[in-house]
Amino acid sequence: MTEANRKRQEIIGNLRLIWKEPLLLVFIIAIFYFLLIFVIFPLFMVFKSSLIVDKQFDFSNYLAIFSKRYYFQPFINSMILGVLAATAGTILGFVFAYAITRTPIPFKRFFRMTATFPIISPPFVVALAAILLFGRAGSLTPVLSRIIGEYSIYGLGGLVLVETIAYGPIAFLVLYGVLQAIDPALEEAAMDLGASRARVFATVTLPLSVPGIASAWLLVFIESMADFGNPMILSGNFRVLSVQAFLQITGMYDISRGSTLAILLLLPTVTAFFIQKYWVARKSYVTVTGQPTGATIQRLEWYIKLPTYAACFFFTGIVFLFYGMVIWGSFQKLWGVDATFTLHNYVEMFQVGKGYIFDSLKVSTWATPITGLLGMFIAFLVIRKKFIGRTTMEFVSMLTFAVPGTVVGIGYILAFNQKSALFPFVLTGTAWIIVTLLIFRNMPVGIRAGIAALQQIDPSIEEASTDLGADSSKTFRKITLPMIAPAFFSGLAFSFVKAMTAISAIIFVVSGDWNLITVAILGFVDNSQYAQAAAMSLLLIVIVLIALSIIQLLVGRIGKGARTVSIVD
Amino acid sequence: MRQDYLVLKNLVKVFGSGENAFRAVDNIDIEVQEGELVTLLGPSGCGKTTTLRMISGFELPTAGEIRIDGEDVSTTPPNQRPTTMVFQNYALFPHLTVFENIAYGLKIRRESTENIRAQTEKIMQLVGLEGLAERSPAQLSGGQQQRVSLARSLVMEPKVLLLDEPLSNLDAKLRVSTRLEIRKLQQRVGITSVYVTHDQEEAMTLSDRVVIMHKGKIMQIGSPQEIYAKPANRFVADFIGKANFLEGHVGSLTSDNEILLDIVGKKFQVLVEPGSFSEGQRVLLVVRPESIKLEPKRPDALTGTVHEAVYLGSQMVYEVEVAEDIITVEIANPQEHMVFKAGEEVTISFLEKSLHILPYEEAP
Repeated sequence: MTEANRKRQEIIGNLRLIWKEPLLLVFIIAIFYFLLIFVIFPLFMVFKSSLIVDKQFDFSNYLAIFSKRYYFQPFINSMILGVLAATAGTILGFVFAYAITRTPIPFKRFFRMTATFPIISPPFVVALAAILLFGRAGSLTPVLSRIIGEYSIYGLGGLVLVETIAYGPIAFLVLYGVLQAIDPALEEAAMDLGASRARVFATVTLPLSVPGIASAWLLVFIESMADFGNPMILSGNFRVLSVQAFLQITGMYDISRGSTLAILLLLPTVTAFFIQKYWVARKSYVTVTGQPTGATIQRLEWYIKLPTYAACFFFTGIVFLFYGMVIWGSFQKLWGVDATFTLHNYVEMFQVGKGYIFDSLKVSTWATPITGLLGMFIAFLVIRKKFIGRTTMEFVSMLTFAVPGTVVGIGYILAFNQKSALFPFVLTGTAWIIVTLLIFRNMPVGIRAGIAALQQIDPSIEEASTDLGADSSKTFRKITLPMIAPAFFSGLAFSFVKAMTAISAIIFVVSGDWNLITVAILGFVDNSQYAQAAAMSLLLIVIVLIALSIIQLLVGRIGKGARTVSIVD
Repeated sequence: MRQDYLVLKNLVKVFGSGENAFRAVDNIDIEVQEGELVTLLGPSGCGKTTTLRMISGFELPTAGEIRIDGEDVSTTPPNQRPTTMVFQNYALFPHLTVFENIAYGLKIRRESTENIRAQTEKIMQLVGLEGLAERSPAQLSGGQQQRVSLARSLVMEPKVLLLDEPLSNLDAKLRVSTRLEIRKLQQRVGITSVYVTHDQEEAMTLSDRVVIMHKGKIMQIGSPQEIYAKPANRFVADFIGKANFLEGHVGSLTSDNEILLDIVGKKFQVLVEPGSFSEGQRVLLVVRPESIKLEPKRPDALTGTVHEAVYLGSQMVYEVEVAEDIITVEIANPQEHMVFKAGEEVTISFLEKSLHILPYEEAP
C-alpha cells in the first residue's frame, strides 16, 4: 500500500468510527465552533484592525515598526524585560530546585510552599509590595538610598526584581520536576568514575537539565513579557508593549495602533511557546512523571551547601518581606503620610468594594466549572478518540496559553461589540464577555488537568472492576471517579485562582455593570491609595487560599492516595 | 595474592537517630582475597546494598573500617576510591554516546586522547560492543546497556569492582547467559569483585565465596558448597535451597566425630566436627529433599504417611507426614523408583553423608 493510500484508508476508518457515534460528532463540531469563535476570531480581529488605518486597508503600521519610536521602543523594552526576568528567574528557580532535590536542606516542605506562593497570589501584589518597600514613601527607601544613593523603583530595575519574584516560582516548579526526575544514580556513577562534585555538575547534572532550563526560561520569558499588572504599576517611563497597547486603546482610542502593539507582543511569546513545546520538549532526556526517583546526596561539601542554603533563605525571606509588607500596609491610615494603626481600610473595603468582590466571585464561580468540564472533555477527545482535526484541536486550545492577555482582551472587545455572521450576539458590557474570556483563557489549565486525570487510568483497571462483577455505573462511581477527581478538582482550584486574579485581558472587557476586584486594586494603586490596595489584595489572597483549602479537603475526601495535578507543565 | 585485599572491619551503619535509629549494617567483618568474587546475598533489607555503598563511598560508615590493598579508605570520597560500580539500573549517561559513556572516567583521569581511544576500544571488544560506539544508550537493548555499564567500570581498572544486582533488569533467559559471561570476564581479568544479589542461584553460580546476610548481620561466609551442605544456622539452611528440619537430641557420642542421633525414638549415625555437640543436646537435623529415600513400610524404621504426590517428569515430589511434621521429598528419575500414592505409609531413610546437624533453634 502506498503512503497516500494508507492515509486515505485511515481517514475513512476514522470517519466510520465517528458515524457510529453521532453524539460525539455533535460535540466535536460544537467544540470546533467555540474554539473558532472565542480563540481564533478575536485573534483575527486584532490582526485585522492592525491593518486598518482611518478605515482604509493599510500596511503602514507594519512598515512603521522600525521607524516609529512608539513601536520599536516598547518592543525592545519588553524584550529586555523578558530576557532579564527570565534569566534571573531561571537562575533563582534552579538554585532553589537544586537545594530541595539534591541537598539535605531542612524544612523542604516549608521552602517549597513559600517558593510557590507567588503563583497563587495575584501577580501585581508583588509590584504593590515593591512600592510599599522601595517607593517614594517606602519603608526601606531611606536605608537603601543611603547605601546606593538616589534611585527609583519605577523602571526597568524595579520591574525585573518584581517579575523575578512573581514568575521565578514557575521556573522553580519546572526545574524541581526535572531535577527530581534525574536519577541520582547517574550522578553517583560519574562520581564513582572519579569526577569531582563540580565535574559531576558540569558533565551530568547540568547537561541533563538543559532542556528543563530552556523550558523554564521560555515560560518565565512569556509570562513576564505578557504581564500587565506589574508594569502598569511599576514601569514608570519604561514603556512596555502590554501597557502601551492598553493606553493607546483606552486612553487615545487608537484601536489600530493598539492592535499593532498587541501583535508585536504576540509574536515573541508565541515563538517562545513553540520553541518550548515542539523543540525543547523533544530534546528532553528525562520524563517528568511526578514520581520522585530517590534519595538526596548525603555527603555534601560545605561550599555547595552554604551558597544554596543562603539563596533559599534569602529568597524565602524576600517573599515573606514582600507579602508581610502588604499586610502591614493594609493597617495604616494613609500610606506614607499617617502610619496610625487602623481597621478603616477593611471597613471601607467592604462598604465600597463589596460590589467588586461579589462580581469577581460570581464570574469566577460561573467560569470555573465550565473551564474544568470543557478542559476534561477536550482532553478526553484528544487522548482517547481518533478524529480528523484532532491535532488541530489540541493545537488551538493550547495556543491560548501563549497569547498574552492584552491581545486576547483587545480581541474580545473588537470581536464581540457587534453582531457578526459567525456569532449573532453582542457581549460587550455583559457578564458573558468576562465569563467566556475567563473560560477560554484558563482552558489550558483545564485541559492539562484533564490529561493528567485520564493518564491516571489504565483501561485495564476499569476492566478489572467489571471483571469482578461491578456494572459500568458502579465501576464509574467506585473506580473511575475517585481516580479522576483529584486531578480534576486541582484543575478547578487553579482555574478559580487564575480567574480571581486575572487582570491583563479582563481590564479591557470590564464595564460599569460588571467590575472586578483586580481592576479595583489597580485603580487604588493608580490613585496612590496603597493602604486600600493592600487591604483588598489581602482579601483576594485570603479568598484564594480558602478556595484552595476547600478543594484540598474535597480531594482528600474523595481520592485518597491519588495524585494531584501539577500547576505548570 | 593478598588474602586481605579488601577488608571490612567491625563495619556499622545506622540510619536515623534516637527511637527511629535503624541498624542497617550491624558490625560485620569480611575479608576478600585478591582476584576473588564475593557475593553478598540476602533478602531485601538485609544490609547488602548498604554495605556495597559503603565500600564505594556513597555512604559513610557509622563505625568500623574499610581497607583496600592495605590502605584505609573509610572516609575517602567516592571519586577518589579505587572502586567502580555497576549500577542496578546501569545509570548510563543518556546525553552521551556509548563511547563517551565508557571513556568518561578515563577523561576525568586526564589520560591522553590516543590512550582513551585505545583502552575504550579494547574494552568494548572484550565485552562485545563492537560497532556500537556512536549509539546513544536509549538505542541499546537491555543486555547491551548492561555491557556498557560493565565496560565503563572495567575500563578504569579498579582495585575492586562492585556490582549492585546488575542482572535484575534483564529477562530470565538473558540473565542466565549474562551471569556466565560476567563470571568468565571476571576470571579472565582477575579483578577482585563484590557482587550484591538476592538471587541465590546467581550467587551460587558466580561466586568464589558467598556472604549470607540477614538483618544487618552476617549469617555465614563460605563457598557455595559449604553454605549448601554445611549451613551454619537455621536461617541459612532455609534461605539456600529447600530444607527439612527434624527435631531430635544427641543420644550418645560414638566416637570423636560421630554421634548417634535420636529422632522420634529412631537412631541415626551422623558425622560431625569433633567436640561440637554434647550428649543429650537438643538439635535440628537438616535434610535436603533430594537426600531422602522412600521405601515400602518396614518395622523398626522411621515411617511416615504420604500426604501428596506430584509427578513433575524429571522428578517426583512427595509431602510426607512424620511425627506431626511435614517433610518434602524429591526423588529424581521417578521411572527408576517405586512410586507411592497419597495415604500410603512409607519408610524414610537418609543419605547419610548429606545430613547436617545444627544446635536447636525455634522456627522463625
